[in-house]
Amino acid sequence: MVIATLAFYLFSAVAVASALMVVLSRNPVHSVLWLILTFFSAAGLFVILGAEFVAMLLVIVYVGAVMVLFLFVVMMMDVDFAELKSGMSKYVRIGSLIGLVILIELLMATGYWSGWIVADMAPDMRAAVTPALEETQNTIALGSILYTQYVYLFQAAGLVLLVAMIGAIVLTMRHRKDVKRQSIVGQIYRDADKAVEMIDVKPGQGL
Amino acid sequence: MTIGIEHYLTVAAMLFVIGIFGIFLNRKNIIVILMSIELMLLAVNINMVAFSSFMGDLAGQVFTLFILTVAAAEAAIGLAILVVFYRNRGSIEVEAANVMKG
Repeated sequence: MVIATLAFYLFSAVAVASALMVVLSRNPVHSVLWLILTFFSAAGLFVILGAEFVAMLLVIVYVGAVMVLFLFVVMMMDVDFAELKSGMSKYVRIGSLIGLVILIELLMATGYWSGWIVADMAPDMRAAVTPALEETQNTIALGSILYTQYVYLFQAAGLVLLVAMIGAIVLTMRHRKDVKRQSIVGQIYRDADKAVEMIDVKPGQGL
Repeated sequence: MTIGIEHYLTVAAMLFVIGIFGIFLNRKNIIVILMSIELMLLAVNINMVAFSSFMGDLAGQVFTLFILTVAAAEAAIGLAILVVFYRNRGSIEVEAANVMKG
């Protein structure tokens, strides 16, 4: 129990500190790296909460795919980032004021001072009750409701990913005129008449 | 002392507010704005998983999967738009995106 408490404080402190560094760091490459650290810490929090599958998904999908995509895009663009940061100090005051107000509101709502109270009828209104840990594992339990109770949502999620993939391809694809390309049709329809030329070379003359 | 749900909600609230703060702070740099949105979505996910764990309801974790899906799609499309924008304008300043302004 003590270890879980310590781990919670460690992971949450690292998450919040690295999230601040995402926002404050001058170089976007560093921002992406801090964001990766934030996601790792959040995955640690998920493990403490007993949601191992979501934690691994966060590490594999988010850190492995989305953040690497961010890193590619940031490094691909040759942007003067110092110039982009120039107007930063102008917004610190208003940004921190609004942030503080929202934080206090959120903490009041989430019961930071008063404690969280669960309503009496709440346990009866659960959509998919978590099976006991001795009975089955988190991943098996998730899979058994994901493919039955939530199968339409699962298909819709796949559709969202398909649309995103096609959209990204359509947006970024371009045909450059100045690049030499392979013409497969031209290659297939090329025959010996066009490719080979017979030259009658006279003896002693050469070409 | 034991860790209750309000601890997790507090961490999530802090991450969410840092995301909002980041949008204010990096108003010119659209890459960091996208990253701030990712932070806010992460905060939502922490809330979902915390509620799911403390209430014993797996539906929260299922919806976390869907939030992750939508966030990944959003990041892919956002970065694609960013690449096209950079190709056309040679800059990623948000204030340079004013062609459609009436």
